[in-house]
Amino acid sequence: MHEEQQWGGLEFRSEQRARAHSVERSNMACVKSQQCSVWVGAETGILKGVCVSRKQVYNFCEMHSLNRDEEICTITWGDEQETEVLMGSVNGRVKTFSIEKGIFTESRECSDLTQGRFTGLAVTDRSLITCVESGLLKVWPEAGGETVEINVGSGVCRMRQNPSERHHVATGGKENPLKVWDLQRPDTPIFTAKNVANDWLDLRVPVWVRDMAFLTQSNKIVTCTGHHQVRVYDPSCQRRPVLEAKFGEVPLTALSVPPGENSVVVGNTHGQLATLDLRKGLVRGCMKGVAGSVRGLQCHPTLPLVASCGLDRFLRIHNLQDRTLMHKVYLKSRLNCVLVSSKDLQCVSDEDEQLEEVKTEEDEVWDAMETVTEKSGKRAAQDEDEVEVVTQSEKKKKKRTKK
Amino acid sequence: MDFVEVPVSEDVPSAKGKVKKQKKQKKSGEKATENVPAESEPAEFSSSLPPTFGLSEIKNKQRRRLMFMKFKQEKRKQKLQLRKKRKKEREALGDKAPPKEVPKTIENQRIHDETTVDPEDEEVAFDEGTDEFSAYFNKLINPKVLITTSDRPRGRTVRFCEQLATVIPNAHVYYRRGLALKRIIPQCVSRDFTYLMVINEDRKVPNGMVLCHLPDGSTAHFKVSSVRLRKEMKRKGKAPTEHYPEVILNNFTTRLGHNIGRLFAALFPQDPQFVGRQVATFHNQRDFIFFRFHRYIFKNEKKVGIQELGPRFTLKLRSLQKGTFDSKFGEYEWVHKRHEMDTSRRKFHL
Repeated sequence: MHEEQQWGGLEFRSEQRARAHSVERSNMACVKSQQCSVWVGAETGILKGVCVSRKQVYNFCEMHSLNRDEEICTITWGDEQETEVLMGSVNGRVKTFSIEKGIFTESRECSDLTQGRFTGLAVTDRSLITCVESGLLKVWPEAGGETVEINVGSGVCRMRQNPSERHHVATGGKENPLKVWDLQRPDTPIFTAKNVANDWLDLRVPVWVRDMAFLTQSNKIVTCTGHHQVRVYDPSCQRRPVLEAKFGEVPLTALSVPPGENSVVVGNTHGQLATLDLRKGLVRGCMKGVAGSVRGLQCHPTLPLVASCGLDRFLRIHNLQDRTLMHKVYLKSRLNCVLVSSKDLQCVSDEDEQLEEVKTEEDEVWDAMETVTEKSGKRAAQDEDEVEVVTQSEKKKKKRTKK
Repeated sequence: MDFVEVPVSEDVPSAKGKVKKQKKQKKSGEKATENVPAESEPAEFSSSLPPTFGLSEIKNKQRRRLMFMKFKQEKRKQKLQLRKKRKKEREALGDKAPPKEVPKTIENQRIHDETTVDPEDEEVAFDEGTDEFSAYFNKLINPKVLITTSDRPRGRTVRFCEQLATVIPNAHVYYRRGLALKRIIPQCVSRDFTYLMVINEDRKVPNGMVLCHLPDGSTAHFKVSSVRLRKEMKRKGKAPTEHYPEVILNNFTTRLGHNIGRLFAALFPQDPQFVGRQVATFHNQRDFIFFRFHRYIFKNEKKVGIQELGPRFTLKLRSLQKGTFDSKFGEYEWVHKRHEMDTSRRKFHL
């Protein structure tokens, strides 16, 4: 009798503990997910959240039930407040991940393996847009109404949404020229690109659109192709590109437009990453450090930062102004897509702020220190400058070590 | 001009004497030593070593060389003394002597690579368990290798291919016949080959190797150097038998290294035939992969004898591409970029 009671008590306690544990775990998960500022989809089907300021990586996935069929092809924001992440898997499911709760809240079947991989996901007012490789673009209203289906042509490589007019999407792929669709009038595309003129041997130039982006300020569209061209289309003016630039000798795989929209960042299969000027089509500069093919590329909406990921399993964040490598994170799997939140990447919680304060104090000490100069004239002034530069760089180093 | 014979002497007068002698010799007919400094100066030199001003400030070249030689000698002597002293101390301490310091090499000073594979990592284990080589490691397929060359091979390349075919079981050497690799690959796949190996040749010397895993995975491109064929080897054993060899993969620690190691492992059949006592070694050191092929024998419980069978060669990874060979449109997993990656001698990728 006594023993039984004891057992019962134990059981109860363990149950309680388990419950408390699960609550704790979910709390932990949401704390973790709220810290993350960069989201990466991996080939192994893992959604990875990266907290750049703390240099921490969280896997949001059950590690024991991994499956190659759940490889993440594309990833996008579920709403404008950036509280949800949508990800499209190879097996045709679209999953919703809630950042506030830190768990997967929804999963729906949008396609199947025969249709090919997802090439793009987007959200307009309460409806989901999916596009697969075979060229089937579907609009899924939230209330379970009828889906709108558009055939955009086979061999689609990418579908992108216009961020200013959210019912406009662009598609393009292999032997499938750039098309812009108005989802309210899904019968015909509102813009179809025309292939460029034949080359100097009078041969047809092959079409292979790999990625595209809308320039919202000037209503233009920029694309990159598998034949290493970057093209700018102006739908209001002509069907052929208004600008063509070439970069490298291998296929370009991804592209992203930084804030300001007068340049574009492109990446290719050799891991070369460069900013191209959209006014003349010249290379502004290359970003170093990438070892393998670039699969995902996204610029920060406001800051001059670009995040890139790819087959070399690293997430890299470069500064676009001086093209230095800011962060480099090893994520263990081949990475397919990247998503950068619009909040400041170095966003700080209370702890970090305290650290910041300490830093500023230190800086004051440094500022208060006078530079030692003995020589006179020009030379001395120069020296002073040099010393200042040195102290600044030292400060930077200090900061880095602090982090 | 027997400067070399002038000894380093501590006491000033004797040095002076020597210098005087020297002068006499010089007077007897040397032009180059016209601007020899005054008598007292060389004495100062020899007495105060190392000199207060830099050796490089001496303008006379021969003098400078002499001084530098002396300086070096002195240094060497000091070093030797220090070593002897230390040895004595160690002997005096006996068993209590502190352990000897490990010498610094660029390998043990290696910059830590964050991709170094932790064998307990679930994610990496899953990734490797389901990659292109998993079929081989799960014993579902047996390797079958096609070896070919660049077009019109000559000289050593042909023999190199033949000898490789004796090392790798189930390997077939085919003449290239000017065919494009993109057309060879589908035919290989339909004939159940699991590997395509292409030896490239430049001026009759094999200098490159493309190793393409079939049907759908991973193509590696290597630089090949220091190829030594069986005939050129000293103390080589008798020709290898057809037994399946054992495979040793050394030092493939990083993620990329693991991939390359798996690529090599999948070349050979899984169950080695120990009767043959043959072993193929891929040893990675400073990103160079050394291939050796040996026969071993256990002489007694402690001793083992090895005999090299050849060929031997060195590989260096240039690129690793996802998918079968496609140099134009293929996606590269890793490309060696000299100016970006080789910034530190202590950084290794494999």
